[in-house]
Amino acid sequence: MNEKTTMAEDAIRCDACPVLCYIKPGRTGSCDRYGNADGQLVRLDPHVVLDRALSRGDSVVPFLQKAREWDGTLVNGEQTFVTAIGAGTTYPDYKPAPFIISSEVAGVDMVTVVTEGIFSYCGVKLKIDTDRHLGAECSTVRAQGEAIGHVTTNEYGSQMLSLGGVRHLTGGTRQEGTATCDALLNLCNGKAVELEIENGARVVVQAGKPPIVDAVMEERMRVGCGSATIGMFAKQWFGKVDDVVVVDDHITGVLSEHQAGKLLGVPETGIKMKGRRSTPGRYFRVADPGTSWGGTNISDPLSILAPFDPEVARPGLRLLMVSTTGEHSAYFELDEALRPVEKDLPAALRESVERIRENCEPALCSVLFMGGAGGSLRAGVTENPVKLTHSVGDALTRVTCGGAPVYIWPGGGITFMVDVSRMPENAFGYVPTPALVAPIEFSLKLADYAALGGYMDYVRPLKSIHREEDGHKRVAARPENPWPLTPDPKK
Amino acid sequence: MQDGPIDLIVEAFAAAAEVETAYRAAAARFVNVLDELCGELSLLRQPAREDGPCPEGVVARRMVEAVLPYAAKHFITPMAAVAGAVAEEILLAMTSAATLSRAYVNDGGDVALHLTPGEKFVTGMVEYSDARPDPALRNARNVGHSFLTNLFGSTTIDFEQTIRGIATSGWPGRSFSLGIADAVTVLADTAAMADAAATIIANAVDLPGHPAIGRVTACELAPDSDLGERLVTQAVGELSLGEICEALAHGTCEAEALCAQGLVRAAAINLQGEIRIVGSRAESQFISSSSTSGSFVHA
Repeated sequence: MNEKTTMAEDAIRCDACPVLCYIKPGRTGSCDRYGNADGQLVRLDPHVVLDRALSRGDSVVPFLQKAREWDGTLVNGEQTFVTAIGAGTTYPDYKPAPFIISSEVAGVDMVTVVTEGIFSYCGVKLKIDTDRHLGAECSTVRAQGEAIGHVTTNEYGSQMLSLGGVRHLTGGTRQEGTATCDALLNLCNGKAVELEIENGARVVVQAGKPPIVDAVMEERMRVGCGSATIGMFAKQWFGKVDDVVVVDDHITGVLSEHQAGKLLGVPETGIKMKGRRSTPGRYFRVADPGTSWGGTNISDPLSILAPFDPEVARPGLRLLMVSTTGEHSAYFELDEALRPVEKDLPAALRESVERIRENCEPALCSVLFMGGAGGSLRAGVTENPVKLTHSVGDALTRVTCGGAPVYIWPGGGITFMVDVSRMPENAFGYVPTPALVAPIEFSLKLADYAALGGYMDYVRPLKSIHREEDGHKRVAARPENPWPLTPDPKK
Repeated sequence: MQDGPIDLIVEAFAAAAEVETAYRAAAARFVNVLDELCGELSLLRQPAREDGPCPEGVVARRMVEAVLPYAAKHFITPMAAVAGAVAEEILLAMTSAATLSRAYVNDGGDVALHLTPGEKFVTGMVEYSDARPDPALRNARNVGHSFLTNLFGSTTIDFEQTIRGIATSGWPGRSFSLGIADAVTVLADTAAMADAAATIIANAVDLPGHPAIGRVTACELAPDSDLGERLVTQAVGELSLGEICEALAHGTCEAEALCAQGLVRAAAINLQGEIRIVGSRAESQFISSSSTSGSFVHA
């Protein structure tokens, strides 16, 4: 193979699409997307390969340089995992997935089928750690003025949003689909997105970062609901103050009436709350939802109190009012007319307010990508697509998304969720359909792959794709993720 | 939409529901187009002949129809019309499924148009900012976009005209050319016709044997090229004004002949900053809009 003797001798055949171009070295096929680099078919966008050694290197192993120099020749299935990021695909999948890689892990032949999925059926489940009222359940969430999702349930200290889905991506106007695709892509790739909630807040969200609600950055999650806060801190307040109100949009707690106060022997104070009493010391709807004290709309905490009961209350009675995050607090003493008068917060109580604050975890936004890999994508893996679904259901096949672990929903299909912050950077792409392009890898034992009707003729060894100059980009595996090829201890 | 080497930009204008229906129809049709073509690829890479075999696929047949008028006098394969024919097919899928006021399918610069009474398209032509890009970059991604900068003309196409196809061919583009034109833009009744005619005219713009023109056999660059052993242009050095005018004259002569036969409605030929326009004023109004000093020829 020194000199080229005939025209086509050093050309390679590209099998990325049915045109099957012959490509000469240094040239690309008719698509300009695949080329011949020194006899190797390469894709011009880099393809991401996870490296365990690199990730260990990142966490201060001193032999990094040596290890990396050596790395080029040693390719070991226990160290390298080929992700689907940049792997490409065809749609619909009329041919085997672009990379079907075999490797040996702990003496077992494994195979990883690597493809980029084009997801019209996909979306983002967004968890925003805040007690501020972002909008009513079912309210429309907009980005760039277009409806892209809705507000769903409130979880403990967090507001959940559901964004995307096939109806917004393809069921509405083109602008709606484009805005939805754009927002999902940015969120999944870790970028900030501004969302506007119908009759609610304007919130800037970004995976792993605090939410910004109506231009105010949320710092802390609440320690608990108002009632739970009473339970947690009752002992610390006992003897230092006569009554405590923990203001919360959901359940406001009152120490002297609450079970926790009763157990300690806190005497009645004659306090009268607005709102609806649920059980002793627990009040619903003391105010309207908002972005102030404890997720209510009040700026004056006294506005949720009715006059004290003159039969019970006495002048000089000490009252602490505090929000569920400790962000707002005020201290009052009753005057001769039993009216609360604001005083400086005594040091002992300031400590308890600080304690509430320090028990609040940092408020973050979490982005879970959710997609259904039930369609033609499976045909790139096996000739009998339902067998892949069953194999995933039976946990014989491990699904990863850019090497990150996924949660597979029970029931039919391959519906998965993945925390985008555990994936390599910029793992997502899009097509103008509009739909999101997400990496997906299926790893299983070679024998199981054969049994489910896999494309055994297309299985290629890991060695064949190890060189960086082939357009593969080696990135460090995230140490917090389980290694995708490590056998499941439960199996 | 993209599949293998086919890149389409599709846009339809109508009520939202109709547009939606049209896009769905386009996507549904598109998924099979590449497979159909590849099934008959070897036939489509053969030179067209009047008595040649007729392919099965509708797109393939449209390609053959578009190139047959040239088969007697020129070397041409149906592949010369593939982009235009694909664009027409997707446009047809959309207009059959939905009521659209306007629509276009742009297949890598070869455009199929749909118009209804009162509607029109304004299209612009841009020239290579540096007419001779480095041949090594010829295959870089999106090379066409990065070099095209200067708008040198625009034209308005309305319902009254018969023009429904626009195509551009030239040696710096994605397909090989036998000639030296930087760009030949053709307006014709269909996209496939425009595509074939642009190829023929661009091939005609030539200075055979000129030393400043680098040529390589097509099969040396791409072993499976339909152009086989033919020499395709890979570099064009600086030419004198006289040489440019001579090469352009070959092109305008060919273009005028095609206009007379109705195969072409108008053509704009660009070589190293000189432009020739062919076509009757009624059919096209290429408007010179830049500093480019083109001399205009009206047939």
